[in-house]
Amino acid sequence: MTWFKRQSGELDTSGEKKVRTEGLWVKCESCRQIIWKKDLEENLNVCPKCDKHFRIDARTRLANLLDDNQYEVFDADLVSTDPLKFVDLKAYSSRLKQAQADTGLKDAVINARGKLNGRPVVISAMEYAFIGGSMGAVVGEVITRAIEHATDSKAPIIIVSASGGARMMEGAISLMQLAKISAALARLDEANVPYISVLTDPTTGGVTASFAMLGDLNIAEPGALIGFAGPRVIEQTIRQKLPQGFQRSEFLLEHGMLDAVVHRRQMKAYIARALEFMDQSSVVRRQSSA
Amino acid sequence: MKAVPAVANPALVVTSADFLLSMVEARWTARNGDGSKMETGIRAQQELEKIEQQIAKLQAAPGQNEETRGQIQQLRDRIHALRQQVSLHRNAWEKTELARHPQRPYTLDYVERIFTDWSEIHGDRGFADDPAIVCGMARFHGEDVMVIGHQKARDTKQKVYRNFGMPNPEGYRKALRAMKIAEKWGRPVLTFVDTPGAYPGLGAEERGQAEAIARNLREMARLRVPIITTITGEGGSGGALAIAVADRVLMMENTIYSVISPEGCASIMWRDATKKDLAAQALHITAKDLSELGCIDDIVPEPEGGAHLDHEAAAALLDEALVKHFAQVRALPAAELVASRYNKFRHMAQFLQVEA
Repeated sequence: MTWFKRQSGELDTSGEKKVRTEGLWVKCESCRQIIWKKDLEENLNVCPKCDKHFRIDARTRLANLLDDNQYEVFDADLVSTDPLKFVDLKAYSSRLKQAQADTGLKDAVINARGKLNGRPVVISAMEYAFIGGSMGAVVGEVITRAIEHATDSKAPIIIVSASGGARMMEGAISLMQLAKISAALARLDEANVPYISVLTDPTTGGVTASFAMLGDLNIAEPGALIGFAGPRVIEQTIRQKLPQGFQRSEFLLEHGMLDAVVHRRQMKAYIARALEFMDQSSVVRRQSSA
Repeated sequence: MKAVPAVANPALVVTSADFLLSMVEARWTARNGDGSKMETGIRAQQELEKIEQQIAKLQAAPGQNEETRGQIQQLRDRIHALRQQVSLHRNAWEKTELARHPQRPYTLDYVERIFTDWSEIHGDRGFADDPAIVCGMARFHGEDVMVIGHQKARDTKQKVYRNFGMPNPEGYRKALRAMKIAEKWGRPVLTFVDTPGAYPGLGAEERGQAEAIARNLREMARLRVPIITTITGEGGSGGALAIAVADRVLMMENTIYSVISPEGCASIMWRDATKKDLAAQALHITAKDLSELGCIDDIVPEPEGGAHLDHEAAAALLDEALVKHFAQVRALPAAELVASRYNKFRHMAQFLQVEA
């Protein structure tokens, strides 16, 4: 037997270089510190050295915000029909299958009912790993249902955005979701039900230009990319370099587009405080006791 | 004064027109016969226009006999037939080129032809007046309405002034302010969409382009007066939708409405901006596509060859469509109007319900 014979097939040379310690250590993209993954996870996926907020998936989001990681998922049974039968270099239908296999979700959002510091709330959390968190008919429908559910049940709604915008592969149908969700938010507004929009890295395009900017409060995680047009498109249009920190949370706060930039560790407490402030039942109580 | 060009030999002109026309016909048939790209609709269009000019000259010239007149009529019939063929087979990219045609009528061209008593209103009361969107009070067949539309321009200086029809946030805020005025005084809103998109600039981001668009979407959804939108050229994504959440959305025959430009889609999905015709096809952006997807309510016909060839005829056809829809939405009480607008957009979705 030869010593160096390859036993099985070709080596997989695609993708990133994988080392044996993969999964144990992570390098912070921001400060280049090597962090033990467990430390990072215990710190809510925020770099302990420089406070960079790593992207997290929708389920982790729900776990961070809802009491005891207890929640009930709803509207998880909707799938895209691929209305345009869109094919570019790859068929959209196969991209969908791949994303479904990778994330275990049917599309780029999870609706959940749970409690936040004891208060019943509805959360729609977007999943960036699913085709860039892009919004097609299903994402539009699921978020609209969450809003309608909140409107009917009078439970505050929190939408956590993480999306590149409307999903190109569903064309104008995706665009119409902006109008649909915004219309549902108009009704929510008239029903006086609180809506907290949480913007995370990244929130751009049609998602920013619709529900993400329509919260009673719009709050963002530190350092998140938030904007309408992508930075590259802007650079090509104006033909000049963009300033440092352009379209980051802090930039938007400075320009008056956000109510607050809140650290992931304080996010739940901040939302809880806001919901307390917006609670109408306590207003009535005080008025009647006076 | 320039003399009418003498037509030395009418028979020669007829023969040359006949020859040119056969060339166009032959190429057109070849293209559609085997599906190869011999010819784009725009080129056929331009050649037909040239031949038509020749014939017009001939007709204006004195000294025609019965025979020439008959030949001219034959030529005209052939051009007409070919035009119909071209428009029937016009693909998504060719429609995109037509939608962007520099001679297409723009909002103010329609205002001039369809409305009376136009008084423009300016400014967002916060930052600036955006010339890329025009707003104004006008009368539509005697009724007071608010007109809002993107405005493009034809010469360089004006193009820059109008920012190529790409609004900044203040444009959308001005539009919303105009809509609120219309709501307060119970006047219907008519909007005209023709924009490559909301302007992707540094200042636009600083001043909240996304917020301006988002707010318009929400407020239009609950505006208590009728809204009719017509896509008159390019319906460029969020920048178009921000004045298009309407009870009736009409698209003119040779216009597009898309979530991204074909070029943008091609450079992202194909990593090659020259694949724009493939992208245009894949995105389903023509009036027919949007109607089939249930995103628009009606298609407005254009004069033969396209709106750019005859502004008067285009305006007349649009006027006819607007009158019809105006009467329908005007009849509804406000609450019913808002509810049916909500339901219309609420049901714009296609999805399957499966076992979770």
